[in-house]
Amino acid sequence: MTTMDKPGQFKPEDFLVEAAPGVARHDVEAVRQPKAKKAATSHDDATKGSWAAQQKIYSKLAKGNFRNAKWIVMLVSLGIYYLLPWLRFDRGEGLPNQLFLIDFANQRLLFGPIEIWAQEFYYVTGLLIISALALFLVTSIAGRVWCGYACPQTVWTDLMIAVERFWQGDRNAHMRLDQQPWNFEKIWKKTATHISWLLIGLFTGGALVFYFRDAPTLAMELLTGEASTVAYAFLAIFTFTTYLLGGIAREQVCIYMCPWPRIQGAMLDHDSLWIAYRDVRGEPRAPHKKGDSWDGRGDCIDCKACVAVCPMGIDIRNGAQLECIQCALCIDACNDIMDKVGRPRGLIAYTTERNVENRTAGPRDGLRMIRPRTVLYSVIIAITAGLMAWAMLSRSDLDVSVLPDRNPLFVKLSDGGIRNGYTVKIVNKNQTPRRFKVELTGIDGLKTTIVGHDDASAPIDVAPSNLKALKIFAALPRDKAKALPSESTPLNITVTEVDGAVSATRDTSFRSPGP
Amino acid sequence: MAGHKKIDEVTGVETTGHVWDGDLCELNKPLPKWWLYVFYACCVWAFGYWMVYPAWPTLTGYTQGYFGYSQRAAVTAEINAAKAAQDTYRQAIANTPITEVKGKEDLLQFALAGGAAAFGDNCSGCHGRGAQGAVGYPNLNDDDWIWGGTLEQIEGTIAHGIRNGADEARNSAMPRFGLDGVLEPAAISDVANYVRSISGAEQVDTVAAERGKATYAEQCAACHGEDAKGNLEMGAPNLSDAIWLYGNSQEAVTQSIVTGRGGAMPAWAPRLDPVTVKMLAVYVHSLGGGK
Repeated sequence: MTTMDKPGQFKPEDFLVEAAPGVARHDVEAVRQPKAKKAATSHDDATKGSWAAQQKIYSKLAKGNFRNAKWIVMLVSLGIYYLLPWLRFDRGEGLPNQLFLIDFANQRLLFGPIEIWAQEFYYVTGLLIISALALFLVTSIAGRVWCGYACPQTVWTDLMIAVERFWQGDRNAHMRLDQQPWNFEKIWKKTATHISWLLIGLFTGGALVFYFRDAPTLAMELLTGEASTVAYAFLAIFTFTTYLLGGIAREQVCIYMCPWPRIQGAMLDHDSLWIAYRDVRGEPRAPHKKGDSWDGRGDCIDCKACVAVCPMGIDIRNGAQLECIQCALCIDACNDIMDKVGRPRGLIAYTTERNVENRTAGPRDGLRMIRPRTVLYSVIIAITAGLMAWAMLSRSDLDVSVLPDRNPLFVKLSDGGIRNGYTVKIVNKNQTPRRFKVELTGIDGLKTTIVGHDDASAPIDVAPSNLKALKIFAALPRDKAKALPSESTPLNITVTEVDGAVSATRDTSFRSPGP
Repeated sequence: MAGHKKIDEVTGVETTGHVWDGDLCELNKPLPKWWLYVFYACCVWAFGYWMVYPAWPTLTGYTQGYFGYSQRAAVTAEINAAKAAQDTYRQAIANTPITEVKGKEDLLQFALAGGAAAFGDNCSGCHGRGAQGAVGYPNLNDDDWIWGGTLEQIEGTIAHGIRNGADEARNSAMPRFGLDGVLEPAAISDVANYVRSISGAEQVDTVAAERGKATYAEQCAACHGEDAKGNLEMGAPNLSDAIWLYGNSQEAVTQSIVTGRGGAMPAWAPRLDPVTVKMLAVYVHSLGGGK
């Protein structure tokens, strides 16, 4: 095996090759080639066994609008992720003052004034359903924008690559460093990179655990070694996975682990936006020499800038590929080159499959955003969002549940009367203490007692954001019980706020031996 | 081995070097790299585990591991920790008179929860999961108490039991009017009719009841009272109410008079600690019938 066909091998003289005046031709082959081409160029596939080692991708820093957009998305999303647990919100005495807190111990999800109890988790489910549908809609309109810009894997990989460039330099310097023998410079640059990655991982895992407990308290506990084993375990897991997936595995996650690239095939069609190389305009590709005419040839000067910047290691000019996450960095790279050689931008651009086909035939580009598919997704989103909004707005800050005793169904008293027992739970979802009155209606002559309360008509105090369980007995004298029409008589239990308009009534039944 | 690399001509893949039937070779397809690494990691993990945790049997026992961990010790520690956590409440309940537990919300909740748990473990076998009782085993939900329904009385009954042979137990014995030949069967039937008529039972033979009235005054009123309202001191049940421990059919009441019944309940003070007995009393009292 000669050193020539080893990918990533750096030879200084290659940079002397020009694709056009002033435009160097990158010595780069896409790591991932279409199957047919790969089989022809690589003979050692069969001897590799059942696995293929990861081929390192040295992606070059792109500059342009899309790169800037990606920086902004990274800044905003990571900013929210790292800082959100530190924002405070005053809920009053004895309640957590963290703006966003997933409080497992008390089974609450707190976000500002909103308080979601465990039994109301369907609000979160609804939010997730809306998010999934929104992802479908966006994908059918604009392709893999999620993958290219906002997916955590993309964002963290982007951050890890930026750190790697900071320590080891851009593509050429990085490749040169990798081919150097192990010396002091290489050792410290590599060490610094990995330490930085681990620190990023540590802060990522750290931010995660802060969502589940009061952040300042937990931070102190983590530092002084007093935090729970679970907190340290999750910190370690997320430190390790961030380092592994963002720093080491990178594009392998998208290509081999993630199911989404396969699923989204169902959302894409001929009119979805897609990053494409316009081969009608670009071909036949060839280096362009000074003074040569552009007639009879394509605009592509085969400088391979698009391949050099690609974080996924593909050549966009091979057409739509599974590996392409549509991060648009090749658009930035190509536009830069087109400016330099004086050709119009957009040789690689967001377009649709239909437009690529149309261009071959002649008509101009068009965009069909309103299609049965996008309308359907929008309608489902609107319905779901409407339902969730309605549920959220009509949500009461008082929750009452009534559980009649089943064992025994009723108790016969010494005077021949019949007594039923009920467990009434009053949930105060407000962040202030409240008083309630409990009333049983529907049957005349019931004598009500509440265990632990001498007077059943006295108000019941319920602490802020808390639940109070009451054991209530209702007894009916013998003659009245005898007069009941059936073994099960409807009964209403009403819980009303004292000095407040809120009230809740629950239907239950009074059991008796019957007539 | 490296010097004798054999390559299969058709596929160009290295073979393992094994040959069968003169020409049959096996292609060398090594395990996936990730699988191997995971396997090696598991091996390393296993060695670590052997060092740290109890692992290997020896002739006399087993290797203890570096930490000396054992699941039994862990459970014991957890139980002790739970007990220690309950200690403040248990101490407070021990120091609070039983009638005042109700007035302290946190003590009441603790006693009700602890009482319910202890009831499930110790009492539900006879009295039922919902304390609903059965024939011969009183229903604890109702307001009829043979030995008294105040907190102190309930606590005393639980602590010492009924007719279990101990001196502190609640003791009383109804005579076996039939078996010992005190009353003739006809007289027993008449008394049974009379007793049933007092509590307003249905299908009473009023003529027989009238005949039994005199026998009742003579034989029964001493304990059950002239008005048949019973006597807590002697554990003589109230015969005028609607609640019957053994049922109020003619057969059931007759049998009670013939045999004298006399159910027993074990003493719980020797088995449970005083705080648990106290919590049980609070729980039973809260079931609805407590006086």
